Amino acid sequence: MPRNDAFEPDRFELFEPPCYRFEFTRRQLFETLGAGWLVTVWVADAQAQERGESVEARIHLGDDGIFTVFSGKVEEGQGPRTELAMAAAEELGVPLERVRVVLGDTARTPDDWITAGSRTTPQIVPAVRRAAAAARGWLSGGKRLIENPRLREPSEWTILGKGHWRTEARGIVTGAHRYPSDIALDGMLYGAVLRPPAYGAKLEAVDLEAAKKAGAAAAIRDGDFAACAARTSFEARRALEAMAATARWSGGQKHNHTELFDHLRSTAKEKIPPLANRTHHAEFRTAYIQHAPMEPRAAVAEWKDGRLTVWTGTSNPFGVRTDLARAFGLRETDVRVIVPDFGGGFGGKHTGEAALEAARLAREAGRPVKVRWTREEEFRWAYYRPAALIDAEAVLEGGRIRAWQFTNYNSGAAGLQTPYAIPDRREKYVPADSPLRPGSYRTLAATANNFAREAFMEELAAAANADPLDFRLAHLENARIRAVLEAACQRFGWRQRRAVRRAPNRGIGLACGTEKNSVVAACVEVEVDPKARTVRLVEIVEAFECGALLNPWNTRSQVEGCILMGLGAVLREEILFENGRVTNARFSQYRVPRFRDLPDKLEVVLLDRKDLPSAGAGETPIIALAPAMAAAVFDAIGVRPRTLPLRW
Amino acid sequence: MPVFRFILNGEPRQVDTFDARPLLEVLREDLQLTGAKYGCGEGQCRACTVLIDGAPVLSCITPVRAAAGRRITTIEGLAKDGRLHPVQQAFAQEGAMQCGYCTPGMILQTVALLEKTPAPTRAQILQALNGSLCRCNGYPRIVAAVEFAARIQRSMTAQQEVVHAAE
Repeated sequence: MPRNDAFEPDRFELFEPPCYRFEFTRRQLFETLGAGWLVTVWVADAQAQERGESVEARIHLGDDGIFTVFSGKVEEGQGPRTELAMAAAEELGVPLERVRVVLGDTARTPDDWITAGSRTTPQIVPAVRRAAAAARGWLSGGKRLIENPRLREPSEWTILGKGHWRTEARGIVTGAHRYPSDIALDGMLYGAVLRPPAYGAKLEAVDLEAAKKAGAAAAIRDGDFAACAARTSFEARRALEAMAATARWSGGQKHNHTELFDHLRSTAKEKIPPLANRTHHAEFRTAYIQHAPMEPRAAVAEWKDGRLTVWTGTSNPFGVRTDLARAFGLRETDVRVIVPDFGGGFGGKHTGEAALEAARLAREAGRPVKVRWTREEEFRWAYYRPAALIDAEAVLEGGRIRAWQFTNYNSGAAGLQTPYAIPDRREKYVPADSPLRPGSYRTLAATANNFAREAFMEELAAAANADPLDFRLAHLENARIRAVLEAACQRFGWRQRRAVRRAPNRGIGLACGTEKNSVVAACVEVEVDPKARTVRLVEIVEAFECGALLNPWNTRSQVEGCILMGLGAVLREEILFENGRVTNARFSQYRVPRFRDLPDKLEVVLLDRKDLPSAGAGETPIIALAPAMAAAVFDAIGVRPRTLPLRW
Repeated sequence: MPVFRFILNGEPRQVDTFDARPLLEVLREDLQLTGAKYGCGEGQCRACTVLIDGAPVLSCITPVRAAAGRRITTIEGLAKDGRLHPVQQAFAQEGAMQCGYCTPGMILQTVALLEKTPAPTRAQILQALNGSLCRCNGYPRIVAAVEFAARIQRSMTAQQEVVHAAE
C-alpha cells in the first residue's frame, strides 16, 4: 500500500472490483458512489509521522460532476462538514455546491482516528487539499499524476478564508436531518436499560418475566447488564419499571461531593514536596462538570446474517467499531458504525455505551433496537470533566517569578506547562482516585490548569504591585500570546479602564493562554452581588488566533460558543453526588447557561495569520474566561475566588 | 386503546395508543416526524416544542390526549411548497446553528414570539427564549436570527399591505 505522499488513483466503474480495504461493503460503496473516479492520497503530517502513520484522503469524482470527499471525522456541530467541502472546492476550483462530504462511516470513510484534540483542521484539511489538488491536476493533465501538487496560497484563496455557513443548514431548519436518535428501521424496538442505584453496584438478581408481563417484547440479563425492549419507548419504560422493582443490588460506592477534595488529596499517587523557599502558595479546586450535549447518547443496532450495523452519535466511530467487535466476538469487517451528524459532544462522546447496549438488545430481540439515553442517564452514566485539585507555588523576587511549581491532582496534563518564561519550573500531573467516571472535555484539563495558573499570576502580580497586563508581558516571550493579549486589551480599553474608578461592585480582569497551537486572551467586566455571592458577566472582549483562518464565520461561532459554555462552569455548573449517586441529574438542578446569561456585550477579535498553518478553533477559546472573571471579582470586591464554579 | 384525532401539519391524522404517552413520542415513533427532539423530559430545554393551535407546547410533557381535536404544527409543517418560513430562512442565513439539535424548537418558539411581538427588543428576545437551551451555546447567532426574522416578516407584511392598497 503506498504511504507517505504517494497517490493512488483507482478507476471506479459500476460492477468493476475496486481496490478497497473494506471487503464486505464493496457493493454498498458502488451503489452509493456510482460511476466515476476515486482518488486516494496518503499524506503524512508531522504528528502522523511520529506515529508512523499517514492520513488517507479520498475524493470521488462522479460522472454527474459531483465531487465527494470522504473522512472518518464526524460532525457534531463544530463544522468539519462545511470546512472540508470548502477545502476540496478551493483546490478543485469548483463551486462549493459541487462538493459533498461523507463523514464517519467505517464502511465508506478512511480511519481518520477520533474526532478530538482540534485535529480535523491541522490533520484532515491539508490531506483533503492535497487530494483535491492532485485530482484537479490529474483531470486537467490528461490523467497524469502529479506527485506534489501545488496548493493554493492563502492570497489566492477564493473559498477558504471566506465566511460560509453550514452546507447542511436546510436539513436542520426543516427538521429533515436525521440525528442518531431519529434513525428508525422497520420492526425496530425501543430499548431501556436497568441502571444501578450507585456507581459500581453489582446486580444480584432481577426478574425478567416482570418486564415481559409489563409489555416488553424482549428482556435480557448479561452480567450486570439488564435491559428490555418494547414496541414503543413508553412501553419499554413501563416494562423497565416493573423489572427494576424486582432488582436486587449489592455494594457500590459511597462517595460524597462534600469530601471530594480531601479524597483526591489523600489518594494522590505521589506526594509532591513543597517548593523550596516559596513566597506564595495557593490551592485551586474545580468541580466535576458535564458536557450535557442537547442530544443524549443514542444508537440503533441491526443484525443481519451475523453482521452488525450501528448508527450512533460518537466522536470515535472506528474505536466504537473495535469495542463492538470485541464485545460480540466479531471481525471488525463484520461491524459497521455509521455516525449521522449528531447533537453535540464537546469531548463527551468518545465512547459507545448506547451502541453496545442497543447491539446487545438487538441480538436478544432478533430485531433492530434503538437505545436513546434519558437526560438523567446522560447526567449519571456518561463521563465527566474530572474535578481538579491544583497546588500553585512560586518564588517571587524583585517583581519577577524566579521559581514555579504547579501540581494538578486528578484532572490531567493538558495545559499544564506555563507559557511564561520562568527560569526554574516544575509542573506535574498526579493521578488520584476519581470517585466519578473521568473523561475528555473541550481542552480537557487545560480549563482547570489555565484557570489556576492565570488566577495565581494575578495574585503574584498584586504581590509585585504590578498591573496584571504589565506583569504578564514582563514574563511573556511568546509573540503570539502577546499579540492576542494586546489586541484584546486595546479593543477593551484595558489601560484607560484600569485608570478610572469602577462603579460599585463592578470589576475588570484579564487572562490569556495557549493550547493546541492556538492562542487566546480575554478582558471582562463583571458585576458582583456581594450579599448573594453571585457574579454576572457584563462584557467580554476575547481575541483569538489559530493561524490562517479557514472559515472565519465558523471560527467566530466556535469562539462565542466556547466563551458561553465556559461561563456555565464559572457561574454554576457542578455535579453533586451522595453515596455514589449523582443528585442533580436534571437541567432544572444542573443549571447550564441560558439566553439571560448573555453579557451585555460580547466581542470576538479574530487575528488572521495567513503565514501560519491553520489550527483548530473549537477548544482553546474556552480557557480564558474563568481566570479573567476570577480576576474581575477581586477587582470588584477584593476577594479571590479559587474555585470553579467561582466561590468565595 | 383509545383513538385520538387531530390535524397535523394541515392533514387529518389519527392514532390508536395509550392516552398517557407523551405527544413527542407519538409524533416521533408513530408518525415518523422526528423534527421535535427529546432533550430533557422535564420541559427545561424546549427542544420538543410544537405549536398547538398556534401556541408553543412542550410535547415531551404533554400527553397525546391533550392534542386531541386540535391543530398541531411541527417543524416539518412550517415550510410551504418547499419555500422556507421566514424564521427558518433567518436561522439558515444567520448561521444560527452549530449541532442544530435545538434549532427546530428554537424556530417554533421564535415563530410564536413574533406572532405576539413582531418587533421584539433584545431584552424581550432573551426573556422569551430563556427557556430554550442550546448547549453549543450559539445564543448570539440565535438572537441575530430572531432579529433578522422579525425584519423579514415586517417587510413582508409591509409589502402585502402595499399590494393590498394597490388592489
